[in-house]
Amino acid sequence: MNSLERTEASSSSRFQIDFKALGPFLALVALFVLGAAINDAFLSGGNLANIFTRAAFIGIIAVGATFVITAGGIDLSVGSMAAFISGAMIVVMNTLVATLGAGIETVLIGVLLSVVLGVAAGAVNGLVSTKGKIEAFIVTLGTMGIYRSLVTYMADGGTLSLDFEMRGVYRPVYYGDVLGIPVPVIVFFAVAVAGYVLLNMTPFGRKCFAIGSNEQVARYSAIHVDRVKTLTYVIQGLCVSLATIIYVPRLGSASSSTGVLWELEAIAAVIIGGTMLKGGYGRIWGTVVGAIMLTTIGNILNLTDAISNYLNGAVQGLIIIVAVFLQRGDWRRKKSK
Amino acid sequence: MKTFTKYLGAACVLGLGLASTTALAADKIKIGVSIPAATHGWAGGLNWHAEQAEKRIEATYPNIDVIVVSANGASEQANDLEDLVSVQNIDALVVLPFESDPLTIPVQQVKEAGKFVTVVDRGLSIPGIEDVYVAGNNPELGRVSGEYIRDRLNDEGKIVVLRGIPTTIDTERVDAFVDTLDGSKIEILDMKHANWNRDDGYEVMQDFLSRFPKIDAVWAQDDDIALGVIEAVKQADRTDEMFIVGGAGMKDIIKRVMDGDKLTPIDVLYPPAMIATAIDITVMKFTSNAPVEGRYILGATVVTQENAENFYFPDSPF
Repeated sequence: MNSLERTEASSSSRFQIDFKALGPFLALVALFVLGAAINDAFLSGGNLANIFTRAAFIGIIAVGATFVITAGGIDLSVGSMAAFISGAMIVVMNTLVATLGAGIETVLIGVLLSVVLGVAAGAVNGLVSTKGKIEAFIVTLGTMGIYRSLVTYMADGGTLSLDFEMRGVYRPVYYGDVLGIPVPVIVFFAVAVAGYVLLNMTPFGRKCFAIGSNEQVARYSAIHVDRVKTLTYVIQGLCVSLATIIYVPRLGSASSSTGVLWELEAIAAVIIGGTMLKGGYGRIWGTVVGAIMLTTIGNILNLTDAISNYLNGAVQGLIIIVAVFLQRGDWRRKKSK
Repeated sequence: MKTFTKYLGAACVLGLGLASTTALAADKIKIGVSIPAATHGWAGGLNWHAEQAEKRIEATYPNIDVIVVSANGASEQANDLEDLVSVQNIDALVVLPFESDPLTIPVQQVKEAGKFVTVVDRGLSIPGIEDVYVAGNNPELGRVSGEYIRDRLNDEGKIVVLRGIPTTIDTERVDAFVDTLDGSKIEILDMKHANWNRDDGYEVMQDFLSRFPKIDAVWAQDDDIALGVIEAVKQADRTDEMFIVGGAGMKDIIKRVMDGDKLTPIDVLYPPAMIATAIDITVMKFTSNAPVEGRYILGATVVTQENAENFYFPDSPF
């Protein structure tokens, strides 16, 4: 911060100090202005609720990914993991309906199972990469394939569907709201606040930063590097499990195409938000904004027919690159010093 | 090197095993079935129906052996075809090619080895290789759906279209659909790709719902998309305003049609069960004198509440 302020003092505008932190927010505001200009329906309460609710899945997963990436790791397995946990929840809850009936107990067991599986899957990723000394990229690429096959296998290649009676009981977890705010948005916000506190206000968070900046130095500073890194994967697993818990009641189904490419979206949300891919610096609120931005781009494209459908991907790519470029604006100043 | 020898040993043992079963079943007629692995719903149904057909045929005709193999990609499927010919020594092949171009030559080689060849759904790039061709009808699916929507809306109304993954299949369906609506006062408000995926169907439909205050009908063209659309419409509490036309014949949607759900009055078939049709026709070649060579294009049957029972397979994964 100091060096930034000094640069600042020597030059013109006062706004540029915070440009990096504000970058994602400004990009999001710009997107909202664009959306409102394109279609009046964009700013309607219903549409905004849709955007934030949709952003919740990727957002919650991305909060976990912020920890992993800040500590210098990467987790490619999150999309498959979400599909696998959804599948396992559905199978178990369907089986329990016969004995326990379609009630809250069955949902709670499903939720508990999801948390256990998420934490276990995260611990596997973490332990294999730290204790087994295998690059996290390879470990999680491996588990990505494993979870994806497992869900295909459980579904016989088709789709696992939640029992219809169960859906009625479980439905409010996605479709319900508190004081008009959809439940997934509340969960998303709670996860973000918890993530912010953990990353920015605790020794654990500082250790994540330290390990991400320089693992060797962190080790010499008596930080239990393996333990902290493993914990970041466990947090990631827990976040995936929370996202799954609110995902399952939405469509009540899981198949081999569930959660495809979520890992890339989550990583993109983290990076758009200003966290460094090489580790050492993480910003939870940036991640939250990044996730909302990704969803908003898709939403805006659906609200207009000005752009050929075939070019949707190109527009998405362009906006992401521009957004990240904007917030890196201060790098040039640093160099000039 | 060591592992290589180990594999070689295993392969020899396996080879011997296969050789001995071949010897035992020497007088059996072997029909090889090569299909894509169950990586999405429709292919899951394909695998299930292939297995069901295998059981049924082997029970009916003790002298016929059906061998089903599934591949995860075009090159793997090419390997499968070689194995079916050289190891299994099949008499006939039923193949649903992963992709047309890369599998044309491998299938041609099977034909040149003197086997009876049936091609399903995706045609080969060189005409005249196969003895029998069985396929669903994508333009027909679009046309039938268009006609139903015209009838239901009395040639007047506003509709939205959810497209699949940008491919020839999607284009054929959509072109035929749009042509069918020509001359009516039905306005297509917009078309967006939902990639034959439930989550995408849900999100695209949510956005259509916030954008258009009045929608009379939705053409989802695919049952996975349709399931997402249904949830979005229910969430917006606009179920009385519109109806949804899907496609394929997924059991969840057929069930809704059967139960008389107003939101999904019909479904249009593009059934994975076509693999069973192909296997049955191929078996006829060996069990009857009837000529079977030729092209079989399945109709895009409209499933209504009256006939839904005939197309409902509760045990199928699709």
